[in-house]
Parts: sequence; structure tokens; C-alpha cells
Amino acid sequence: MLPLAGLLIRAPWTTLPQRLTEPGVLAALRLSLLTATLATVVCLLLGVPLAWLLARARFPGRRLVRALVTVPLVLPPVVGGVALLLVFGRRGLVGGWLDATFGFSLPFTTTGVVVAEAFVAMPFLVISVEGALRGADPRFEEAAATLGASRWTAFRRVTLPLIGPGVAAGAVLCWARALGEFGATITFAGNFPGRTQTMPLAVYLALEQDLDAAIVLSLVLLVVSVVILAGLRDRWLGTS
Amino acid sequence: MRARRLAAVAVAALLAMTGCSSPAADEPIGGGSSGPAGPGSGAAGPVTVLAAASLTESFTAIGTRFEQVNPSAEVSFSFGGSAGLAQQIIAGAPADVFAAASPTTMKTVTDAGAATGTPVTFARNQLVIAVPKGNPKGLATLAALAGSGIKVALCAEQVPCGTAAGKALSAAGVRLTPVTLEQDVKAALAKVKLGEVDAALVYRTDAKAAAADVDGVEFPESAGAVNDYPIVALEDGPNPAGAAAFLTFIRTPEAQRILTDAGFQQP
Amino acid sequence: MSLDARLVVRRDGFTLDAVLRAEAGEVVALLGPNGAGKTTALRALAGLVPLDDGHIELDGERLDDPAGKLFTAPEHRHIGVVFQDYLLFPHLSAVENVAFGPRCRGVPRARARADAAELLGRVGLAEHTGKKPRQLSGGQAQRVALARALATGPRLLLLDEPLAALDARTRLDTRAHLRGHLAGHAGPTVLVTHDPLDAMMLADRLVILEHGRVVQTGDAAAITSRPRTDYVARLVGLNLYRGRADGELVRITDDFALTTATPQHGDVFVAFPPAAVALYAARPDGSPRNTWRATVAAVSRHGDALRIELTGAVTVAADVTPAAAVQLGLEPGREVWASLKATEATSYPA
Repeated sequence: MLPLAGLLIRAPWTTLPQRLTEPGVLAALRLSLLTATLATVVCLLLGVPLAWLLARARFPGRRLVRALVTVPLVLPPVVGGVALLLVFGRRGLVGGWLDATFGFSLPFTTTGVVVAEAFVAMPFLVISVEGALRGADPRFEEAAATLGASRWTAFRRVTLPLIGPGVAAGAVLCWARALGEFGATITFAGNFPGRTQTMPLAVYLALEQDLDAAIVLSLVLLVVSVVILAGLRDRWLGTS
Repeated sequence: MRARRLAAVAVAALLAMTGCSSPAADEPIGGGSSGPAGPGSGAAGPVTVLAAASLTESFTAIGTRFEQVNPSAEVSFSFGGSAGLAQQIIAGAPADVFAAASPTTMKTVTDAGAATGTPVTFARNQLVIAVPKGNPKGLATLAALAGSGIKVALCAEQVPCGTAAGKALSAAGVRLTPVTLEQDVKAALAKVKLGEVDAALVYRTDAKAAAADVDGVEFPESAGAVNDYPIVALEDGPNPAGAAAFLTFIRTPEAQRILTDAGFQQP
Repeated sequence: MSLDARLVVRRDGFTLDAVLRAEAGEVVALLGPNGAGKTTALRALAGLVPLDDGHIELDGERLDDPAGKLFTAPEHRHIGVVFQDYLLFPHLSAVENVAFGPRCRGVPRARARADAAELLGRVGLAEHTGKKPRQLSGGQAQRVALARALATGPRLLLLDEPLAALDARTRLDTRAHLRGHLAGHAGPTVLVTHDPLDAMMLADRLVILEHGRVVQTGDAAAITSRPRTDYVARLVGLNLYRGRADGELVRITDDFALTTATPQHGDVFVAFPPAAVALYAARPDGSPRNTWRATVAAVSRHGDALRIELTGAVTVAADVTPAAAVQLGLEPGREVWASLKATEATSYPA
């Protein structure tokens, strides 16, 4: 809480309006919200099935996969960014092929930002959802099966609603982490205003020159994320 | 072979980006027959020097020589981004000497009244075009960087190397859209080492330090964007005598030669 | 419609190997102590546990046949299951729970809901269709679970301890209600219970399972009059001994024999109710047969009577009136004479 108070006290309140209307601020904010949301969607699409596999399926190497899922938590994000470059970069394992075949390359693109953010934020979702799945009685899925539900139907219509709060909590965590992502993004996607410069990158670079600008940007990021998270909380978790 | 090489580059890039370059050589600098090269008297006790990251290798070597000349002195360095160091100084970090990578950054410190005396320029650095070893795309001029399909990394305009790049490009009348504006010169260089970009505008010193992986291509317009490195003693430094001795030592031919070897130019 | 199954499931240290048959409209109760393998058998029938051996055949169609690498997924079996704790989907209302099965089988939403509402009406829950499971009482939840299982028109109905989760009063009502609905189900029904009363009231035929094996099958009358294991004898409240008969005399141990009313030869069981045992302070005169010395081991209440556990030549339970118990001073350690009328003891081939 103290660092937050520090930001508030030190904020240049008199020049705040002009600073907020600077074009770069809005572009970075928009990009941040867009990429964090897309990254969350990617995490949901990949992470929920993965969490289901980890929680329900028995396959060799499950422990290893679970350990690998948490790697981005331990890895310094910059290292994560380098790892992504080694895979998806122009000379990377997959990226080289993409570049040669489609002339398409992920680094320095908005998609690259989404990839970097999803990579770093994924564990938050997978761990939340896996925990929720472990807490949910698997016999509900069996009951659904005896009523004629395929595995997918049972998952969609029974399990998913049961673990809804866990998925929502995971998605919120995931989104928040993606929004604040810096290291992997700047390493993998670089920094270019409007394309890959998210708020945290803008804050970092502003810090090089103008402390006040950095504080303003940080406050904007903070206020927007708090408002959104509080709104989501009321809507998703407040009613049930 | 290729994967191993990539991995090696990655590790090097990591080290560069996380700023944990290994503290260099303990061994004395070659040709140390000149004996005491300056007034060593008066320098005793710990001398704390905050210096721009680009000075890491050369200052570490200079520090070793300084301690040989002033045996009772003990220099400790803290290397980092100039702007970050400046903020630390203004916030009251207990240091004796500050060496910045740009006069602008130095100005924030002098404006805050944290310096004693006037900053002195002790070295200059010039931009080169860093290209992958062997220059596969044959980039020889600034104008070539604007060619289609050439991916270029520049430093962000907020950091000194970005300001310098901006000056050089406008001096050359070249307009180019980089794919990324990196947060510092080492990050820009890392993108070249990893092969993600075809070229980056970096300091000659950085290109030289990475000579194993990159080539530095000189270009005439860099003369219009020379970066001055100022150094100053700090107001609240606990060891003013030590600070003065270090400031003097940095101007000696021996120290200047170490800087020149690293790719710096004399002021 | 009929069920023909041999269920073999092996798990660490436990083997279920049970033959199970049920005709259309027949209700078969799988009765047995905890850990006998009843629930495993039910889960195997439902396809929730794979067979290691044996087969499951429903209406002449092979569902499972491990030898032939045949396994039918639970969702393709058309077998309705009422689970022990019902497993109603907590996020769905009663009517949505009942409509879930038909929806999965492709019935349009409106139609499925209407059918479900009607079915709930038939089980007496017309007013509770919109309620979530947690708003329903135990008895109501049980009925919703039954309606949900029946809504898909299952070929086989399975019930796992359908009344175990209910309190005694609700249990009585629900049992009668359940009986009515089971009678209305055209296919075979298999229900699992550890309660002999539930089994006898609900089922046409009982299959007694112990340690994974079928030990006895038959209707309630056969089971209650001729138990074949100690577990069944305890369930139906009879003293049971195994012995060798030579006419009416059955030798139970080397120095103990009983005279029965039914002449047999060879290995037999002898069964008699505790109430048939009379206790005396001194050796009774008259009938010298079936009289032996015994020691009171324990005294407990049993309905209106007191049940006296006796040790001696054989362990035996006797029921006496409280008045008789007081008169004889029956307390653990007391020595008495026990006597059994030969006409009360039945013997039947082992």
C-alpha cells in the first residue's frame, strides 16, 4: 500500500489534465487493455483444457507438465522473453519456419505482445482452474455421462458452471498479470508506440526522462485496472 | 551447432539485459610501467562511483589502476542506466562521483544541486551501425537502413542513444521506421545478436564489446551525434578527497588509453 | 428387456466376481455389508468402472466384453442411475436437472422442459420445478433424482442406496413412493442397499454379495427363512449353524448336536429364531433333547424383548421378556440352562 501512497503524493496534480491528453498515453492504454484482454482469452482457450487434463486425466508425464506450466512464474520475465525469441523469433525453432513459409514473424507485432503476455499470465489461470476442478466432485461428470452427455457436453454444461468462480478468479488474475507485463513484452515484442508499447513499457521509458510523466502513466494504469477489477468482481463474484 | 550458438547468444543477451555483466579483470592493465601517473596523494578510504552502464568494462579497469596508484584507496562501482542513477543520487544515495552517459542526465543532477563543481567531459561516444557478424545484408550507410524489408532497432528517444540516433538520422536526412524502440543500448544490441533485427544504431563501445557477434559499421553522420560523457563529484559524497583524485585520474593518459581501447573517443 | 451380466472387477486386494441377471420389470436388490462390492458392481453396470473380465448384456446387446475389447461408454448405454447422494447438478433447477438427459439426447429445449415438468408432477413435485437442489428437502431431492434417471427412458435402472441419505420418517414415505415408481418401470431395475428392509420391501429378488461374491439369491421369503451365511442370518435375525445331519439329529460340533423337525442327510444349515430359545435357572425336566448349559455374555434391548447373547457349547442369541430376565437375574456371567424346541429349528441342505 505504501508505494501506492507514494505515487499519489508525488503525482503532479496541476499538470495532470494536459499530461493525460497526450496522444501517446491513450494509445498505450488502449493497447494495454486490448492485449491483456486478448491474452486472457488465449489463456482461457488453452489453459482451461490444460487444467482439465491436469486435474482429471491420467497420462504419463503429468507431473512434469504441471511443473512446466508453473515455469513462467519462476522465470524472470526477461528470460521468458528470450525463450520466446528462441522459439518464435526469426531464427527460432518455430519462428524460423513461420518466417520462411509465410513471411510472418511474431516479434515486434501486437500479436507478439499478446503471446508474451499470455505466456507469463498462463500459470495464474491454469493453477486457479486446476484448483477449482480438484475441488469439484468428478462424480457430477459421471452423473452427466449416465444421462447421455458426451465428455465435452458434461464439461461445458456441468463442470464449467460448477467451477465458474474459479475460472473467473483465474481469468482476473491472468488479466491483471498480463496488464502489468513488462519484461517478456519488451524483450519479445520490443517497444513501438501504438503497436507494441503497452503502459508498463511507456512507464519505464518515461522514467528515463520525466519522473512526473512516469507517475501519471502509472496512476492511469492503476486507476483503470482497479476500476475494471472492482467492476468484474461485483458482476462475477458478488452475486452468487 | 546452430542451436548451441543461438543459446550462447541468448545467454550473452540475458547477461546484457539484466545488467549483470561480470565485474571485469582483476589483473593489472598491460604496459603499467609508467608508475604513478598522477597525483595520488590525498586519495584514501572508500570511493564510491556511480557510472553509466556503458562504462562498466573500462571503469572497472580504470578502478584497478587507480587502486594501484593510490594503495590506501578502495573504489567501488555501481553501474546502471544513467537516468536511474541520477534519480538515486537526487534521492540521496551516498556516492562520491557520478559519470553519466549524457549531459542531459547530468543536468538533472546539477539542477538538483547534488553536484559540486562543474561536470567535465572525459569521453565521447559515437554511434555505429551494428549488424550481425559478416554484415549479411551488406548495410554500409544510414540510408541503406531505410530500405524495404530491413528491420532496424533503435533506442527509445527517452534514452541517450535514442536521442543520438535521432540526431544522426535527421543529419543524414534519412527517415526510417524502426520495428522497435529499445529501452537501452544493450537491449538494442541484443536484438541484433539474436538475429531479430538486421541492424541497430548503438555506441561504438557497445559494438566493440560485442565484437564476437556483431560488426560495427561506421557512418559519417555519426559525427553530428556525438555523445559526451560528463563526470562530476557529488555534493554529499563522504570522501571528497577521493572523488577529486578519481576525477583527476580519469584525465590521465593511462585512463584515457583504457577508454580509447574500449572504443571511446577523447574529448 | 433383460440384463445378463458377469461382473469381474479386480482392484488392489479386492476382486468382484458376480453373476447378475434381471428380467424386464424385475427389481433385483444387491444386498451386502459395506465393502462387499455392491457399488462397484453398480458402477460397472453403468460403465463408470471398466470390467476386467466377464460381460454385460442388455436386451441381448453386448455392452461390455473385455475379452472382445468391447466397452460401451456410459453416455451410450441408456442406463439410468440414481446415485447415493443424488448428484443433482447444483447450478440447475429441478426441471433443468430432469430435462438434462433428454437435452443431451437431442430433444428440443421446450419439449424437454415440458416433459420434465410433467414427470416432476408425477413424482409429486409440480410446485418445486423451479427450485435449485439446495432448496429441496432430502425426500424431494431423491424424487428429482429418480425423475432425472427415468426421463431418458432407460433400458436399465440402477439405484445406489436410494434411501440411505434420508431420515427414518422420510424414508418410510419415500420407500412406498419409490416402490410405486419401480413397478412402473418396464425394464429391469438393480438397486444396491445394505438395509435388508429396503431390499425386501422394494425388490422382487435379492442377491446377497459378500467379499465380492454372490453368496445367496432368492426372494425375501427364501432368504429370511433359509439364510446361508452369518451375515444374512444376522440380517434376518436368525441363529444359524452349519452341521452334519443324520435324520433329525444335526451334529454341530463334536460334543454338540441339535434335533430338528426336518430330517436331512449330509451337510446342512440349521436355523432358528432367538425367540425359540427358552432359558431356565435349573435344568428343565421333561424334554432332555436340545438342552445345554450356557453363560450370559451380553444383554441388550431388542424391540419389546431383551436379547441375551450366550456362550457355551455354541454361541447363540435368545430373546426373553423383561419379566423373565429379572426373574432369572440375567446379567453377564450368569450361568443358565438353554432349551430349544425341535419344532422351531429348521434344517436345509448346505
